[in-house]
Amino acid sequence: MRKSASSTLAAAGTLALMLGSLAIAPQAALATEASVVEEGKAIAFDRKKGNCLACHKMKDGTLEGNIGPALVNMADRYPDKKRLREQIWDATRINPYTIMPPYGKHKILTEEELDKVVEFIYTR
Amino acid sequence: MKKLLLITAVIGALGAVPLISQASPEDDLKAFQGYFTERFPNVPLEEFANGVYAIDKASREQWEAIEEFPPYEIAIEEGEEMFNTPFKNGKTYASCFRNGGIGIKSDYPYYDIEKGRVETLASAINECRTKNGEAPLKYMKGELASLVAYMAYTTRGQIVDIKIPFDQRARDAYEDGKRFFYARRGQLNMSCAHCHVDNAGNKIRADLLSPALGHLTHFPVYRSKWGSLGTAHRRFSGCNKQVRALPFKAQSPEYRNLEYFMTYMSNGLPWNGPGARK
Ligand code: HEC
Ligand code: HEC
Repeated sequence: MRKSASSTLAAAGTLALMLGSLAIAPQAALATEASVVEEGKAIAFDRKKGNCLACHKMKDGTLEGNIGPALVNMADRYPDKKRLREQIWDATRINPYTIMPPYGKHKILTEEELDKVVEFIYTR
Repeated sequence: MKKLLLITAVIGALGAVPLISQASPEDDLKAFQGYFTERFPNVPLEEFANGVYAIDKASREQWEAIEEFPPYEIAIEEGEEMFNTPFKNGKTYASCFRNGGIGIKSDYPYYDIEKGRVETLASAINECRTKNGEAPLKYMKGELASLVAYMAYTTRGQIVDIKIPFDQRARDAYEDGKRFFYARRGQLNMSCAHCHVDNAGNKIRADLLSPALGHLTHFPVYRSKWGSLGTAHRRFSGCNKQVRALPFKAQSPEYRNLEYFMTYMSNGLPWNGPGARK
């Protein structure tokens, strides 16, 4: 019997996981990360989800607003990724007057979506 | 701006405070207008009546071209005809208003001591109708918006001069409108002031944000996005939805009080309705 595409993929995934846990397959690990970043980007740019471009300029963005600062050098500026996540989860904790929506606190994004956005913003 | 926000926050924390200890509307007005004239030093006060076009050269020319053949002209004509057509009982709108209803949009909104609430021109029009045995009109657009457009047109050139009488209930209505304006709301957690005070002149996506000063001098407005005329409360409703907040009903106490506060903040500017906007 021929194997279905999905079971082949599943097998490949398991293999990658095993290899990943042995830390000898950085290629596979990078591949997953890249797709998380892509998903994060889609969520961040979606007008009905993050809509971050309403206020922030960033690489690959179009028709951006200028209410917030341009998002650049994020990895350098936020050595602790948790702090970046906090800013996005509830910006009012850092600046009580901010206009930036509290994406996590008000469930504008799910926790999973927020994680992906953080991964994406970290690449800007 | 933070100062203004702080004032509201403090008032909110204290709850109901007696009349005399509140920041007076006159002080609020000075701070509000001072903020915008400082932020836009090259814009003369009366220019703020033109909304975003007072501060945006790029779209100003296009708007001026539109104003040559204004899209609200038909509505003014329609409103005038309605205004002059007698009700079934033979009376007209003129019988309900000072000066036969000509040039009196400037009387509104005001605090009606007898009714114990803010009276708007839109609600006065419907009261006039029901008093004369006619059905009330819808508040957001359509015939009522056309009537207001005609009445705004006959008021053009007068100066906004809204009064907040020294009466506890009137002051409460004013304070309520002010609180509404500065309060965060909706899933996106933003206040009117976030966009139209703190970020006036900034861009949200491709849209330039207009200053709140002058916001209600020119309603009703023909918006190309609507493809029709809309009242101020229609705009409030849209801006509430934009932050994913539940809008209030047109002519709800919340929107009347908001109109009261916002129009008062434009004292000294010309009445220039109806208007045209994107
Ligand atoms: C309505 C406007 C608005 C939106 C929408 C918005 N932000 Fe912000 N953001 C701001 C403002 C203003 C600041 C400046 C600091 C503050 O007020 O919190 C800021 C600050 C930030 C910072 C810190 C910047 C720095 O230089 O340290 C990050 C990171 C950020 N935003 C990410 C995002 C992400 C990701 C999204 C979309 C999911 C987003 N923002 C959506 C207005 C906004
Ligand atoms: C997320 C930002 C945002 C918030 C919050 C917001 N608005 Fe707006 N508002 C806009 C945009 C964008 C426009 C269209 C461009 C302009 O004129 O500013 C607009 C337009 C308006 C106009 C029409 C201005 C004109 O010249 O015709 C009024 C009036 C108005 N808003 C009132 C309000 C009120 C009252 C609130 C609070 C209940 C509010 N807005 C909250 C973004 C916002």
